[in-house]
Amino acid sequence: MLERAFFPMSIWREMSRLQREMNQLLTSWPRLQFGLGMGYPAMNIWSNDEGAIVTAELPGVDAASLDISVKDNVLTISGSREPLELGEGSVYHRRERGYGRFTRTFQLPFQVAADKVEASLEKGVLKIALPRAEADKPKKIAVQAG
Amino acid sequence: MTAQGELQVQGTEKQIVQSDAERTRERIAFVPRVDIYETEEAIVVLADMPGVDEKSVEVTLEKDVLTINGYVEPESYQGYSLAYAEYRVGDYQRRFTIPAEINRDGIEAAVKDGVLRLHLPKAAPATHKIAIKAG
Repeated sequence: MLERAFFPMSIWREMSRLQREMNQLLTSWPRLQFGLGMGYPAMNIWSNDEGAIVTAELPGVDAASLDISVKDNVLTISGSREPLELGEGSVYHRRERGYGRFTRTFQLPFQVAADKVEASLEKGVLKIALPRAEADKPKKIAVQAG
Repeated sequence: MTAQGELQVQGTEKQIVQSDAERTRERIAFVPRVDIYETEEAIVVLADMPGVDEKSVEVTLEKDVLTINGYVEPESYQGYSLAYAEYRVGDYQRRFTIPAEINRDGIEAAVKDGVLRLHLPKAAPATHKIAIKAG
Protein backbone atom coordinates (compact mmCIF):
# COMPACT_ATOMS: atom_id res chain seq x y z
CA MET A 1 0.00 0.00 0.00
CA LEU A 2 2.75 2.41 -0.99
CA GLU A 3 0.41 5.19 -2.07
CA ARG A 4 -0.74 5.65 1.55
CA ALA A 5 2.70 6.87 2.57
CA PHE A 6 2.64 9.75 0.13
CA PHE A 7 -0.76 11.39 0.49
CA PRO A 8 -3.27 11.25 3.32
CA MET A 9 -1.50 12.72 6.33
CA SER A 10 0.01 15.76 4.62
CA ILE A 11 -3.20 16.60 2.76
CA TRP A 12 -5.28 16.48 5.93
CA ARG A 13 -2.75 18.43 7.96
CA GLU A 14 -2.92 21.22 5.38
CA MET A 15 -6.66 20.96 5.49
CA SER A 16 -6.82 21.27 9.25
CA ARG A 17 -4.65 24.38 9.03
CA LEU A 18 -7.08 25.84 6.49
CA GLN A 19 -9.92 24.73 8.77
CA ARG A 20 -8.46 26.61 11.71
CA GLU A 21 -8.11 29.73 9.58
CA MET A 22 -11.66 29.32 8.33
CA ASN A 23 -12.94 28.94 11.91
CA GLN A 24 -11.13 32.08 12.96
CA LEU A 25 -12.79 33.96 10.10
CA LEU A 26 -16.21 32.70 11.13
CA THR A 27 -15.93 33.53 14.83
CA SER A 28 -15.61 37.19 13.97
CA TRP A 29 -19.03 37.17 12.26
CA PRO A 30 -21.94 37.95 14.57
CA ARG A 31 -24.10 34.90 15.22
CA LEU A 32 -27.41 34.69 17.03
CA GLN A 33 -26.54 33.25 20.39
CA PHE A 34 -29.03 32.51 23.15
CA GLY A 35 -26.98 31.96 26.26
CA LEU A 36 -24.79 28.95 25.60
CA GLY A 37 -23.92 28.78 21.90
CA MET A 38 -23.91 25.45 20.13
CA GLY A 39 -20.28 25.90 19.24
CA TYR A 40 -19.08 24.14 16.15
CA PRO A 41 -20.21 20.55 15.87
CA ALA A 42 -17.13 18.34 15.97
CA MET A 43 -16.63 16.45 12.71
CA ASN A 44 -14.87 13.28 11.66
CA ILE A 45 -13.78 12.52 8.12
CA TRP A 46 -13.38 9.11 6.52
CA SER A 47 -11.82 8.98 3.09
CA ASN A 48 -10.67 6.80 0.24
CA ASP A 49 -9.83 7.35 -3.42
CA GLU A 50 -13.49 7.65 -4.37
CA GLY A 51 -14.41 10.39 -1.93
CA ALA A 52 -15.06 11.15 1.71
CA ILE A 53 -17.69 10.62 4.39
CA VAL A 54 -18.10 13.43 6.90
CA THR A 55 -19.84 12.68 10.20
CA ALA A 56 -20.94 15.06 12.92
CA GLU A 57 -22.81 14.63 16.19
CA LEU A 58 -25.94 16.77 16.20
CA PRO A 59 -28.24 15.41 18.90
CA GLY A 60 -31.71 16.92 19.03
CA VAL A 61 -31.24 18.92 15.83
CA ASP A 62 -34.24 18.98 13.53
CA ALA A 63 -33.36 17.79 10.02
CA ALA A 64 -35.60 20.54 8.64
CA SER A 65 -33.33 23.20 10.12
CA LEU A 66 -30.20 21.70 8.54
CA ASP A 67 -28.73 23.39 5.52
CA ILE A 68 -25.96 21.50 3.75
CA SER A 69 -24.37 22.93 0.63
CA VAL A 70 -21.39 22.00 -1.49
CA LYS A 71 -19.55 24.20 -3.97
CA ASP A 72 -16.43 22.91 -5.73
CA ASN A 73 -14.39 21.68 -2.77
CA VAL A 74 -16.10 23.59 0.04
CA LEU A 75 -18.73 22.01 2.30
CA THR A 76 -20.95 24.23 4.42
CA ILE A 77 -23.19 22.89 7.17
CA SER A 78 -25.55 25.03 9.18
CA GLY A 79 -28.53 24.43 11.38
CA SER A 80 -30.01 25.19 14.74
CA ARG A 81 -31.38 23.62 17.86
CA GLU A 82 -34.24 25.24 19.70
CA PRO A 83 -33.72 26.17 23.35
CA LEU A 84 -36.01 24.54 25.90
CA GLU A 85 -39.22 26.30 26.77
CA LEU A 86 -39.82 26.20 30.46
CA GLY A 87 -43.25 26.94 31.88
CA GLU A 88 -44.09 29.27 34.71
CA GLY A 89 -42.55 28.35 38.02
CA SER A 90 -39.90 26.13 36.47
CA VAL A 91 -36.27 26.36 37.47
CA TYR A 92 -33.05 24.91 36.06
CA HIS A 93 -30.88 22.58 38.11
CA ARG A 94 -28.25 22.13 35.40
CA ARG A 95 -27.68 23.61 31.97
CA GLU A 96 -24.90 21.96 30.01
CA ARG A 97 -26.38 21.47 26.56
CA GLY A 98 -25.91 24.14 23.93
CA TYR A 99 -28.53 25.50 21.59
CA GLY A 100 -28.88 28.16 18.91
CA ARG A 101 -27.54 28.43 15.37
CA PHE A 102 -24.32 26.90 14.16
CA THR A 103 -22.43 27.15 10.88
CA ARG A 104 -19.35 25.27 9.81
CA THR A 105 -17.41 25.51 6.59
CA PHE A 106 -15.01 22.84 5.55
CA GLN A 107 -12.50 22.85 2.72
CA LEU A 108 -11.88 19.39 1.27
CA PRO A 109 -8.71 18.44 -0.59
CA PHE A 110 -10.70 17.50 -3.70
CA GLN A 111 -13.53 18.74 -5.89
CA VAL A 112 -16.86 17.22 -4.96
CA ALA A 113 -19.41 15.79 -7.39
CA ALA A 114 -22.13 18.05 -5.97
CA ASP A 115 -25.03 16.23 -7.59
CA LYS A 116 -24.04 12.92 -6.00
CA VAL A 117 -23.79 14.12 -2.40
CA GLU A 118 -25.99 12.22 0.06
CA ALA A 119 -26.73 13.21 3.63
CA SER A 120 -28.64 11.47 6.42
CA LEU A 121 -29.42 12.33 10.02
CA GLU A 122 -30.04 9.32 12.24
CA LYS A 123 -30.08 9.07 16.03
CA GLY A 124 -28.54 12.52 16.17
CA VAL A 125 -25.58 11.65 13.95
CA LEU A 126 -25.21 13.46 10.61
CA LYS A 127 -23.51 11.54 7.85
CA ILE A 128 -22.60 13.17 4.53
CA ALA A 129 -21.20 11.12 1.63
CA LEU A 130 -19.10 13.28 -0.68
CA PRO A 131 -17.92 11.55 -3.85
CA ARG A 132 -14.98 13.00 -5.71
CA ALA A 133 -15.72 14.75 -8.99
CA GLU A 134 -14.71 12.55 -11.91
CA ALA A 135 -12.20 15.12 -13.14
CA ASP A 136 -10.52 15.12 -9.75
CA LYS A 137 -9.99 11.41 -9.29
CA PRO A 138 -6.38 10.27 -9.22
CA LYS A 139 -5.35 9.17 -12.68
CA LYS A 140 -3.03 6.34 -13.35
CA ILE A 141 -0.12 7.47 -15.46
CA ALA A 142 1.31 4.95 -17.87
CA VAL A 143 5.07 4.67 -17.73
CA GLN A 144 6.73 4.23 -21.10
CA ALA A 145 9.47 1.69 -21.17
CA GLY A 146 12.84 2.49 -22.78
CA MET B 1 -30.06 16.40 42.37
CA THR B 2 -26.39 15.71 42.73
CA ALA B 3 -24.23 13.88 40.24
CA GLN B 4 -21.19 11.76 41.02
CA GLY B 5 -18.66 13.92 42.88
CA GLU B 6 -20.39 17.19 41.92
CA LEU B 7 -19.46 16.83 38.28
CA GLN B 8 -19.28 19.94 36.17
CA VAL B 9 -19.13 19.35 32.45
CA GLN B 10 -16.68 21.84 30.99
CA GLY B 11 -15.76 23.00 27.54
CA THR B 12 -16.71 21.48 24.23
CA GLU B 13 -14.73 18.25 24.29
CA LYS B 14 -16.36 15.11 25.53
CA GLN B 15 -15.62 14.27 29.12
CA ILE B 16 -14.56 10.71 29.95
CA VAL B 17 -16.27 8.93 32.82
CA GLN B 18 -14.10 8.81 35.95
CA SER B 19 -15.28 6.20 38.35
CA ASP B 20 -14.03 3.59 40.81
CA ALA B 21 -16.04 0.82 39.20
CA GLU B 22 -14.44 -0.36 35.99
CA ARG B 23 -16.60 -0.99 32.98
CA THR B 24 -16.84 -4.60 31.85
CA ARG B 25 -16.78 -3.53 28.23
CA GLU B 26 -13.53 -2.22 26.83
CA ARG B 27 -15.20 0.72 25.12
CA ILE B 28 -14.59 4.15 26.46
CA ALA B 29 -17.50 5.92 28.12
CA PHE B 30 -18.26 9.62 27.98
CA VAL B 31 -20.33 11.77 30.27
CA PRO B 32 -23.36 13.01 28.35
CA ARG B 33 -24.25 16.68 28.71
CA VAL B 34 -27.57 17.16 30.47
CA ASP B 35 -30.13 19.84 31.06
CA ILE B 36 -32.12 19.33 34.24
CA TYR B 37 -35.07 21.46 35.17
CA GLU B 38 -37.78 21.24 37.75
CA THR B 39 -41.41 22.09 37.17
CA GLU B 40 -44.18 22.10 39.73
CA GLU B 41 -44.98 18.45 39.18
CA ALA B 42 -41.76 16.81 37.98
CA ILE B 43 -38.04 16.91 37.39
CA VAL B 44 -37.07 16.57 33.73
CA VAL B 45 -33.65 15.39 32.54
CA LEU B 46 -32.48 15.76 28.93
CA ALA B 47 -29.24 14.02 28.00
CA ASP B 48 -27.35 14.39 24.72
CA MET B 49 -26.33 10.93 23.55
CA PRO B 50 -25.88 11.00 19.77
CA GLY B 51 -25.79 7.55 18.23
CA VAL B 52 -28.19 6.08 20.75
CA ASP B 53 -31.80 4.95 20.24
CA GLU B 54 -34.44 3.48 22.51
CA LYS B 55 -32.98 -0.02 22.09
CA SER B 56 -29.46 0.92 23.13
CA VAL B 57 -30.25 2.92 26.25
CA GLU B 58 -30.56 1.58 29.80
CA VAL B 59 -32.04 3.56 32.64
CA THR B 60 -31.85 1.81 36.01
CA LEU B 61 -32.85 2.92 39.47
CA GLU B 62 -31.21 1.35 42.49
CA LYS B 63 -32.16 2.73 45.88
CA ASP B 64 -31.82 6.42 45.18
CA VAL B 65 -29.25 6.32 42.37
CA LEU B 66 -30.44 6.68 38.80
CA THR B 67 -27.98 5.40 36.21
CA ILE B 68 -28.15 6.23 32.52
CA ASN B 69 -26.23 4.00 30.11
CA GLY B 70 -26.12 4.56 26.37
CA TYR B 71 -24.43 2.08 24.05
CA VAL B 72 -23.12 3.24 20.68
CA GLU B 73 -21.87 1.08 17.84
CA PRO B 74 -18.29 1.92 16.88
CA GLU B 75 -18.20 4.12 13.81
CA SER B 76 -16.68 2.50 10.73
CA TYR B 77 -17.30 2.56 7.01
CA GLN B 78 -16.31 -0.27 4.73
CA GLY B 79 -13.45 0.64 2.45
CA TYR B 80 -12.83 4.01 4.09
CA SER B 81 -10.16 4.97 6.58
CA LEU B 82 -10.42 7.65 9.23
CA ALA B 83 -8.47 10.62 7.95
CA TYR B 84 -9.41 13.35 10.41
CA ALA B 85 -11.14 13.09 13.78
CA GLU B 86 -12.38 15.81 16.07
CA TYR B 87 -14.51 13.60 18.25
CA ARG B 88 -14.40 10.06 19.55
CA VAL B 89 -17.27 7.61 19.48
CA GLY B 90 -18.07 5.68 22.62
CA ASP B 91 -20.71 4.76 25.15
CA TYR B 92 -22.35 7.17 27.56
CA GLN B 93 -22.82 6.90 31.30
CA ARG B 94 -23.99 9.20 34.04
CA ARG B 95 -25.39 8.76 37.55
CA PHE B 96 -27.69 10.92 39.58
CA THR B 97 -28.98 10.82 43.13
CA ILE B 98 -32.74 11.12 43.07
CA PRO B 99 -34.44 13.17 45.77
CA ALA B 100 -36.88 11.28 47.96
CA GLU B 101 -39.94 13.16 46.71
CA ILE B 102 -39.81 11.44 43.30
CA ASN B 103 -42.46 8.85 42.58
CA ARG B 104 -40.24 5.97 41.46
CA ASP B 105 -43.01 4.07 39.71
CA GLY B 106 -43.90 6.98 37.50
CA ILE B 107 -40.49 7.55 35.93
CA GLU B 108 -40.72 7.72 32.14
CA ALA B 109 -37.93 7.66 29.58
CA ALA B 110 -37.98 8.38 25.83
CA VAL B 111 -35.26 8.72 23.18
CA LYS B 112 -35.48 10.92 20.10
CA ASP B 113 -32.69 12.01 17.72
CA GLY B 114 -30.00 10.94 20.15
CA VAL B 115 -31.52 12.82 23.10
CA LEU B 116 -32.78 10.92 26.16
CA ARG B 117 -35.66 12.55 28.00
CA LEU B 118 -36.42 11.44 31.55
CA HIS B 119 -39.60 12.51 33.28
CA LEU B 120 -39.42 12.08 37.05
CA PRO B 121 -42.79 12.94 38.59
CA LYS B 122 -42.89 14.21 42.11
CA ALA B 123 -45.05 12.13 44.38
CA ALA B 124 -48.28 13.79 45.36
CA PRO B 125 -48.28 14.35 49.11
CA ALA B 126 -50.37 11.59 50.60
CA THR B 127 -53.22 12.75 52.79
CA HIS B 128 -54.78 10.09 54.92
CA LYS B 129 -58.23 10.55 56.16
CA ILE B 130 -58.41 9.23 59.67
CA ALA B 131 -61.66 7.69 60.76
CA ILE B 132 -62.99 8.76 64.14
CA LYS B 133 -64.60 6.12 66.30
CA ALA B 134 -67.01 6.93 69.00
CA GLY B 135 -66.14 6.03 72.57
